[in-house]
Amino acid sequence: MNAHASQSKASFVYVTYILSTPQKVFDAIVKPEIARLYWGHENVSDWKPGSKWEHVRVGDKRTVELVGKVLEISPPHRLVISWANESQKDDPEKTSRVTFEVEGHRDMVKLTVIHDELEAGGGMEKGIRMGWPMVLAGLKSLLETGNGVVMFTLLETPAKAG
Amino acid sequence: MTRREPKDADLVFKALADPTRRELLDRLFERNGRTLGELCEGLDMARQSATQHIGVLEAANLVSARKRGREKLHFINPVPLHEIYERWVRKFEGARLETLADIKRVLEGDGR
Repeated sequence: MNAHASQSKASFVYVTYILSTPQKVFDAIVKPEIARLYWGHENVSDWKPGSKWEHVRVGDKRTVELVGKVLEISPPHRLVISWANESQKDDPEKTSRVTFEVEGHRDMVKLTVIHDELEAGGGMEKGIRMGWPMVLAGLKSLLETGNGVVMFTLLETPAKAG
Repeated sequence: MTRREPKDADLVFKALADPTRRELLDRLFERNGRTLGELCEGLDMARQSATQHIGVLEAANLVSARKRGREKLHFINPVPLHEIYERWVRKFEGARLETLADIKRVLEGDGR
């Protein structure tokens, strides 16, 4: 479509308003025992700047699907991580960045997820465009009603061939 | 029980009940993160009118705006659509595991 496609980077901004507190929303992202309820994955790290984090699928195999570093963290308002497929973690072109902003907004919390530095048109872009709206809707549902919509645990079908 | 859904959903349905605003969303879907000027390129619309339409979309949380330097970039935010999907579509169609399996494939692999 355009000549500089390989160079261009894509950005996405997702916003949801949740009837909750900033601390609960932040915990839902960084605490494995909460994330597994709506994400079907856990984000595992000691959450110190510069530390590694891993996105681990809930299940017997505990597959590490994504990895990255904690670039910036100030609980409960801001978290910035790098984000790459485990199999592509050494390729800077394939490493993107995710920023979580958690702001109190009257009686609600405004959660903004900014996913940028994405390779435009790449597989990760396609995946996150479907993934983030589900994850955020699941997070909102869990915190507001106690019911997580655990999309990803429904997906325990035989893994891809390759 | 606190149900915020009715009001939020009203705003979403109202925002979508206009062909121009749906066109603006389609344009953002094709290329995200555009300025107002870029978004309206080729559209036969006064800037003021475009600003109002974007305002309605922002109020419904279907579009979010971020500053980048002196520019204001607009991003499509499909999260409320997903909530409506969960509420109004999925409930009636039952489990669609094939679709979910497709999503899994895309999320797991780079490509298809």
